[in-house]
Amino acid sequence: MPITLPLHAVNRPAPEAIPNREKLTKKALSADHPTWCPGCGDFAVLATFYKVLEKKNLPHEQIVTIAGIGCSSRFPYFVNTYGTHFIHGRAIPYATGISLARPDLRVFVFGGDGDGYSIGGNHLDHGARKNVRLCYIIMDNFVYGLTKKQTSPTSPIGFKSKTDPAGSIDHPINPIKKLIANGATFIARTHAAFPAHMSQMFERAMDHDGFAVVEVLSECVEFYEGAFDAANSRKGGQFNLIEEKKWDGTPEDEKRHDVTDEIAAYKLAHLPFPGVFGVFYESDRPTKNALEYKWIETTREKLGAASDLDLLKATFNRMK
Amino acid sequence: MSPNTASTPIISSNTTPTTSTKPTRKIHDVVIRLAGNSQDGIQAVGGFLARLAGRSEQEVMTYMTIPSTISGGPSIFQVRIGSGEVFSAGDQVDFLVAFYQHSYENHIHSLKPGGILLYDSDHVTPNLNDKTYHYVGVPITSLTVEAIGGTARDKGKNIFTLGLLAKVFDLDTAKLEKLILDRFKSKDESIARNALNAFNAGYAYPIANYLDQLYTFEKYEKAALRPQVTMDGNQAIAYGLITGGVRFGAGYPITPWSSIMEILRAELPKYGGIFVQAEDELGAVSMALGFSFAGYLAVTGSSGPGISLKMEALGWGCMAEMPLVVINVQRGGPSTGLPTNVEQSDLMQAIYGSHGDAPRVVLAPQTVEDCFYTAIEACRIAREYSVPVIVLSDTALATRIEAFEEPHLEELYVPVQLDLSPHEGNYKPYALDRITRHLTPGRYTADGKYPVVSGLEHDEYGHPTASPKLHSAMTAKRRDKLRQLAATLPTPAIYGDETAEILLVGWGSTYGPIREAVDTLRRQGHPVAAIHLRHLHPLPPRLAEIFTRFKQVLVIEMNDYGLYGYGQLATLLRATTVCPHIKSHCKTDGQSFRVSEIIQAVQALAK
Ligand SMILES: Cc1ncc(C[n+]2csc(CCOP(=O)(O)OP(=O)(O)O)c2C)c(N)n1
Ligand code: SF4
Repeated sequence: MPITLPLHAVNRPAPEAIPNREKLTKKALSADHPTWCPGCGDFAVLATFYKVLEKKNLPHEQIVTIAGIGCSSRFPYFVNTYGTHFIHGRAIPYATGISLARPDLRVFVFGGDGDGYSIGGNHLDHGARKNVRLCYIIMDNFVYGLTKKQTSPTSPIGFKSKTDPAGSIDHPINPIKKLIANGATFIARTHAAFPAHMSQMFERAMDHDGFAVVEVLSECVEFYEGAFDAANSRKGGQFNLIEEKKWDGTPEDEKRHDVTDEIAAYKLAHLPFPGVFGVFYESDRPTKNALEYKWIETTREKLGAASDLDLLKATFNRMK
Repeated sequence: MSPNTASTPIISSNTTPTTSTKPTRKIHDVVIRLAGNSQDGIQAVGGFLARLAGRSEQEVMTYMTIPSTISGGPSIFQVRIGSGEVFSAGDQVDFLVAFYQHSYENHIHSLKPGGILLYDSDHVTPNLNDKTYHYVGVPITSLTVEAIGGTARDKGKNIFTLGLLAKVFDLDTAKLEKLILDRFKSKDESIARNALNAFNAGYAYPIANYLDQLYTFEKYEKAALRPQVTMDGNQAIAYGLITGGVRFGAGYPITPWSSIMEILRAELPKYGGIFVQAEDELGAVSMALGFSFAGYLAVTGSSGPGISLKMEALGWGCMAEMPLVVINVQRGGPSTGLPTNVEQSDLMQAIYGSHGDAPRVVLAPQTVEDCFYTAIEACRIAREYSVPVIVLSDTALATRIEAFEEPHLEELYVPVQLDLSPHEGNYKPYALDRITRHLTPGRYTADGKYPVVSGLEHDEYGHPTASPKLHSAMTAKRRDKLRQLAATLPTPAIYGDETAEILLVGWGSTYGPIREAVDTLRRQGHPVAAIHLRHLHPLPPRLAEIFTRFKQVLVIEMNDYGLYGYGQLATLLRATTVCPHIKSHCKTDGQSFRVSEIIQAVQALAK
């Protein structure tokens, strides 16, 4: 039976409780077999996502996965949850709609660097600025995978692609700086070759009430092999972690990073590749969700017990 | 009034009107045009008049032009008040109010011979030697200053003029005063007081002594109907959406769509909903689709350029079979075109815009009242058929104010439902054998399988596929559900002379002028009939049958003849009915059709 919702009851009715529900397992969470190339970094992202969901044991039916277009954006097909494969670059506003309308759902957005930073760049800025409650995992491979090797907004200068046969000449964007500047309230960076770190970051992002972004370096073995070796300690590179302040008053703590300090976060983000990994910034600015519902609540308070139909009739009476 | 009526000028220095000896004529239909600058508040006066007429159970229709520049500039507001049905804002003006010399010079030719020019003698010097019109000069500016104090200057002369008009047309002053007070309710008390003072000063001015002898406005008692409500087309759409069960939406500002989003932004929270001003139109349509996926039918909208931007996502809505209402308040021209003028040139885009075969529904309201009902119908169709529904309104409907019978809200109101009940499982979001609806997230499924809605071609479960057979089957499925809808649509009623040789066909805001043209032609002894299409895609059944009954079918629309000589609807009708005698009468001057233009087109055809 459909439930007729008194929408303005801000504590929307939660879906009916399901008795003796089974634990959320990897098996329950996996859907179609991924179509990615063997060795693609996105497999590790998917495996980690399963693991973290398993640990969090959220109500299965309340998990929603949304993606735009790209190899990485195929993600929702591989997770057995409610999902949407939307259009290129517009996953954030689509997810915003879901997040605002349905406080009971957990909204996860997946995509690549092309989808998120190029065609969807404006939406990322505004999702961050509005602090919409959702968790966005960006699989950055510095290249366009699905369309077979064109320059991406994060491709380094000199990268040879089909659209830059002589090497990319455009300055790459710095997603972390962009996110800080635009007001995302949780910003972390991790590496698909380090699943333990990745799951920590995913977990913290999931716990965050606001616009939470995790940028994952996820290698495209087909079109940009070895792109992240410099950030991989097992391949002779450096996987430097951000040490966060514990506020324990010790002298060492002085040197640690204050995640609520925007300027400090920006400085960390400014380090040249491979930079550092971990949480750059975290703050608890009110979400758009909370602000919109507060407005609804105060508006409704003034209206007393009037039903929607009463309200509409009163409005028409004023137009007589 | 006959053109050779001698006019009796009142010279501005002579504040006591001289009297005329003409016999009194009773009129029951008057077109008043206020011409000034946009900052003079003439829209407000027009609005007051329209609202008053609505409350007095008179038929009323307004028309206005606003300059597209913010700093203001010449502007007019036209209101037609009638004692019978009023279909258009009127071709010619009975009563012109001119605040400036340019208002006089630019609009005097719209005045009917024998019509009255009321001018602000502080600013306007008319050519009194032209005996075509009656001239009434009133020092509006200085009298207003006198009435409400020196600092008020030009502010308030609109309300003073309203007082004059109230006297001339014997309007209900008690109701007008209430309207004025309502309008300034939220402002400082002195503002409302000043407004009332200006109004009373205008009302007290002895203008009617003279005008009474020219004509009196005949009040009439209408048969007891439900009371009327008065609003503009955009308001009617906004409240239609709320009545139809829309609680969520997103948009981006653009003229003339903006006021719909402004209303929804302010109103929806009262109903527990949210309207978001998105970063752009692509974001807006995407957000709205997200709201719909979340289980609430949502709305997005725009005007020309913004609708173009929404097209890719709209195609996704057709592919993923998502309910959505899209309002397009059409404006003129491609690109940024004519931002504040009217045109009906987005029909083909509405039906065919977007890549691939992406069938969706297109409806067009005919009047302000119909904006309300069309919005409700759009909601119903979007929900029932899980499909985007485009509502093609236009600038003329958006900005004009009409009074119409109060709707039966109890019957029309659609409560908002969200289905979160557990589901038995094995759900095919895209089953081929029925009209499908996606499963609302949050619903527990017994088999633990949760579907993905997809813009990639998909099988019945939503899994991507490039199977030739499935793509054909799914394409047909998306098309056939609209065929099913078409079978339920009413065949449009024929208005006028069913045995006539000429049938006029229109859509959208041309409804009024076409109706009036049919009435006028029939009165003049030319048999003619008309149909007006509200369902443009899919088209209602049996149109070909209707068309074959007439020798000539003339499609009247505000868009171009195109390369092949036919306007957009005419092209569609020729293709769908294969009637060779369908012809076009198009115009693209950014103005609504005048009744006389349609009459001329019909007369040319009859020859
Ligand atoms: C409007 C639009 N433009 C272009 C494309 C083609 N396209 C598909 S995916 C893609 C880039 C994907 O790159 P990225 O987001 O980095 O994802 P990856 O495949 O690397 O994971 C492009 C340009 C499209 N699908 N839609
Ligand atoms: S092309 Fe690259 S990004 Fe795409 S699946 Fe293959 S490895 Fe992964």
